[in-house]
Amino acid sequence: MRILKFWPLLTLLALAGCSGSWGWYVVNPATPAGQRNLMFLLDGLYYTIALSVTAIAISVLLGLLVALPGLARQRPPRVINRVYVELVRAVPILVLILWVYYGLPQVADISISVFWAGVLALAISDSAFQAEIFRAGIQSIDRGQHEAAHSISLSYVDKMRFVILPQAIKRILPALGNQLVYMLKMSSLVSVIGMEELTRRANELVVTEYRPLEIYTVLVMEYLVLILLVSAGVRWLEARMGMSDRR
Amino acid sequence: MPAKKSAEQDSHKPPLICMREVNKFFGTFQALDKVSLDIGASEKVVICGPSGSGKSTLIRCINRLEQHDAGEIMIDGVTVDDSAAARAVLRNNVGMVFQQFNLFPHLSILDNLTLGPVRARGMAPAAARELAEYYLERVRIPEQMQKFPDQLSGGQQQRVAIARALCMEPRIMLFDEPTSALDPEMIAEVLDVIGELAATGMTMIVVTHEMGFAGHVADKMVFMDHGRIVEMAPPKRFFSKPESDRCKIFLQQILRN
Ligand SMILES: Nc1ncnc2c1ncn2[C@@H]1O[C@H](COP(=O)(O)OP(=O)(O)OP(=O)(O)O)[C@@H](O)[C@H]1O
Ligand SMILES: [Mg+2]
Repeated sequence: MRILKFWPLLTLLALAGCSGSWGWYVVNPATPAGQRNLMFLLDGLYYTIALSVTAIAISVLLGLLVALPGLARQRPPRVINRVYVELVRAVPILVLILWVYYGLPQVADISISVFWAGVLALAISDSAFQAEIFRAGIQSIDRGQHEAAHSISLSYVDKMRFVILPQAIKRILPALGNQLVYMLKMSSLVSVIGMEELTRRANELVVTEYRPLEIYTVLVMEYLVLILLVSAGVRWLEARMGMSDRR
Repeated sequence: MPAKKSAEQDSHKPPLICMREVNKFFGTFQALDKVSLDIGASEKVVICGPSGSGKSTLIRCINRLEQHDAGEIMIDGVTVDDSAAARAVLRNNVGMVFQQFNLFPHLSILDNLTLGPVRARGMAPAAARELAEYYLERVRIPEQMQKFPDQLSGGQQQRVAIARALCMEPRIMLFDEPTSALDPEMIAEVLDVIGELAATGMTMIVVTHEMGFAGHVADKMVFMDHGRIVEMAPPKRFFSKPESDRCKIFLQQILRN
């Protein structure tokens, strides 16, 4: 298993845990206090996953919408695609989160929850990358497929839906998996606007318990396990689709 | 009297496909140079010529895979352009078979065949399936419907591609070197199917260098060079006494192989 790769790290942590300077009691599941703290930390998992999954779903759709004009034969839609991608890529995610949460409500005169501000910022930020992934994936499909779809009079939407995208998505699945992993990590930034996800929970516990080393170590492990699981899931999906791959 | 009248009407009827001084440029390169060609209903035209002479471009302009820059193309009296009327005429009349088959690799044979009828013609899935079964029978690929394209031989794939085009029930079929990508032993099975199709009264334009097949099937032979139609004649005269030197040389080369 892949977890074996992390043996050195785990051993190191275990050794360190035995030495005097560590105070594992804060998160010792054998004690009621430790158990409570552990549950408090793990509770953040829900929002980390909810944020990431919602954001990735939106960013995939947004990315596809942005990718399509990038593939047009005419110049104006291609320019729109370029401007969007370059602009969004230039903004740091953290800045985008702050802007969406504090700025957008004033500009658009709406109120936005922490959760949806986080989702929106993460999704927009990631959509530029998704757009590039989709564009490359769609471009990798042989021109003959477009021509065959044209020859049986499929509309543009039908051509994309039934012919091009199913083949393109199969090819970009690994890249989409990487984006999900990336998103899980980036979701930690939403803690700055008060989202009670994994990182925020850890920060809060550190403030009350004064045990940053142990608590942040648990945080590292939480992300590690989460991301290893997701990576394994993506690989499983890939293998499954690869088996039924037609060319 | 009535018979005469209908004959008169026929003579006034425009040809099914009508190309008038069609020009096509790729950048500054002229791929078609004032091509004019009339093709009547159920007529079979075989186009040949050296590589790069514009054969593919010509037939691709007919179904709008390429947009011509000047001149006019009419199908069944409708001008081929970006209009909805032109799209409808193409959908109802024109099918195409490619050199590289271009089957949809992620779809089963059945789905390859029913996609067009269901999505573009609005046919019910059950009816489309019956249609697909019928045409697979016609191209002699029954009982492979659940397979995927890469499980078939090249010859079988090309016959499936022909069936896919036929499922749109076109009156005109365009073939762009349908046997050029095939191993020699599979060429005959595909040409047989195309020959049978010709016998049904389908209007066909075939780009091919299979001259034996052309002599059998064609009503009209067309020789192209440098984007122009250099020679156009019934097969007998075309093969026995071609007028232009370029056509003579081309035929000598091709018949030697
Ligand atoms: N999309 C394109 N962009 C630029 N040039 C093109 C394009 N398509 C075709 N051409 C050029 O136009 C000319 C005619 O091409 P076409 O494919 O019609 O030739 P052809 O007679 O079918 O040749 P072949 O026997 O090799 O298939 C060629 O010189 C080709 O390089
Ligand atoms: Mg060609």
